[in-house]
Amino acid sequence: MNGYLSAILDPSMPFVRNALFAGLLSAILFGTLGAVVTVKRIAGLAGAISHAVLGGIGMALYLSAKNIVPGLPPMVGALVFAVLAAAIIGFVSLKAKQREDTVINALWAIGMSVGVLFIAKTPGYADPMSYLFGNILLVSTRDLVLLAILDAVVVFLAWRYYPQIEASAFDEEFARVRGVPTDAVFIATLAVTAVAVVLLQTFVGIVMVIAMLTLPSGTAGYAAKNLAAMMVGGTVPAGAVVVVIAGAAFLSVSAIAALRRGKNSRKIRGGATPAKALPRAEKRA
Amino acid sequence: MTSPEIANRLLANRVLANRVLAVRFKDVSFSYGDLPVLNAASFHIHSGEFAALVGPNGSGKTTVLKLLLGLARPTAGSVTVLGRPPEEARSSIGYVPQHATYDPAFPISVTEVVRMGRLRTSSRRYSVDDDSAVKKALAMAEVADLAARPYSALSGGQRRRVLVARALAAEPELLVLDEPTANMDAESETRLFETLRLLKGKATILIVTHDTGFVTALTDSVFCVGERGQGRSVIRHQATPAAHVASEQYGGPALQVLHDTELSDDSCCGCGKES
Repeated sequence: MNGYLSAILDPSMPFVRNALFAGLLSAILFGTLGAVVTVKRIAGLAGAISHAVLGGIGMALYLSAKNIVPGLPPMVGALVFAVLAAAIIGFVSLKAKQREDTVINALWAIGMSVGVLFIAKTPGYADPMSYLFGNILLVSTRDLVLLAILDAVVVFLAWRYYPQIEASAFDEEFARVRGVPTDAVFIATLAVTAVAVVLLQTFVGIVMVIAMLTLPSGTAGYAAKNLAAMMVGGTVPAGAVVVVIAGAAFLSVSAIAALRRGKNSRKIRGGATPAKALPRAEKRA
Repeated sequence: MTSPEIANRLLANRVLANRVLAVRFKDVSFSYGDLPVLNAASFHIHSGEFAALVGPNGSGKTTVLKLLLGLARPTAGSVTVLGRPPEEARSSIGYVPQHATYDPAFPISVTEVVRMGRLRTSSRRYSVDDDSAVKKALAMAEVADLAARPYSALSGGQRRRVLVARALAAEPELLVLDEPTANMDAESETRLFETLRLLKGKATILIVTHDTGFVTALTDSVFCVGERGQGRSVIRHQATPAAHVASEQYGGPALQVLHDTELSDDSCCGCGKES
């Protein structure tokens, strides 16, 4: 961990600091939004949105590589698809509840397939894996600012409308009788989830977004005595886990980097001695 | 008829006509798409009355309830609650739902559930008045000793009484209970009807039940939802004391619903007519 601490303080490695901030900021989002997603039982909806996002990423990569829309960032494609998916899901949930399952699963499968197809047709090399699992070490300062803004919005909304959110998740019909616009609460939750998925998938990837949105708050739900405690409780393990993952990623990256440096310096010192011959040489000696 | 008699009768009629109506359905029709549920249903419940809305499953009780709570709008006719459109009367209605889709993993305490009865459209604050109403409601529904417990740790009957407390926290003029005795143990049921007995006269109470045979002896008027004449309507029935019914099933003495009787909407001295 000493190495990790010094890496955070090392000005030549801003990506380590960014990863740490990304971990902490996304933990707040995962804890707060995750608790709402869990108690409203819309993890499946969030899953469909996040997988539809891959379609948007694939399309953006394709359009920009083919010079149809030069320089189109994948995040824009992701955002378009996320909002579209959220709108479709929201409409179906409110107007034709009995079709909800089918539509969610269709969006899930179609989104991923479209993404993989576009990535396959994109000239050059794009690894779908990097979008499925993300890379927290590639977080830019701009991403961090966007994430901080989203954090502020989510925490404010959760604080400001806590009783309405709690009631519409616990007993939607009763909340409506009390005059709470439950449809608006639902649509707002879906919209925030869509934007959060787009931002977070660059750090942790599409698959992990859903895991991080549901598992920490689901775990916190066992110990929490109310929704607020679940929001706070969900934040702690998410933060810890992201930091541990970031730390592990850093250690493995720096280990590989150190090995490479070692090989290179040996090459320079040993002149023509090939690196792979070394073990045999050691054995003989 | 002598003139003082006529004068008395006129006076009596006027007194009755001036009694405030808690619920008024006037020629209400409703259909889900092509499926008609109600056809020109007219009935009214007086302020302070204990009414029972009975009918078999699928008869349209839930639809009447939704129209009453302003969760659905009639395709024809008008619904008035406490002299206002249902949407405007909401804050004066206490609603006890069946809450069948309750999620046992939802972390929430009994007090927090009851406080939902004081929920407002967008405010996040609860006042001192709200807190005292919550305390009073907890005591009235006899769940004060459960206040700090997690809602999921309660029995089905206890949970139902907590939902009654939540409805009472609104200090309602009209209390609506949807199948309050479904899946309830005998003790909880006795306590529930004791709460309702104390409340009777102070608020209008409407119980919705699929038990079409008998209703609790607290009942003043019985309304039956179902097929009658041209299409579905709501019919007012007579009810008579029934001695042979196991009383613990209705939290006390019961009344038998006489389905062969049919009281017209204006049977109570013309007060049902538009005033």
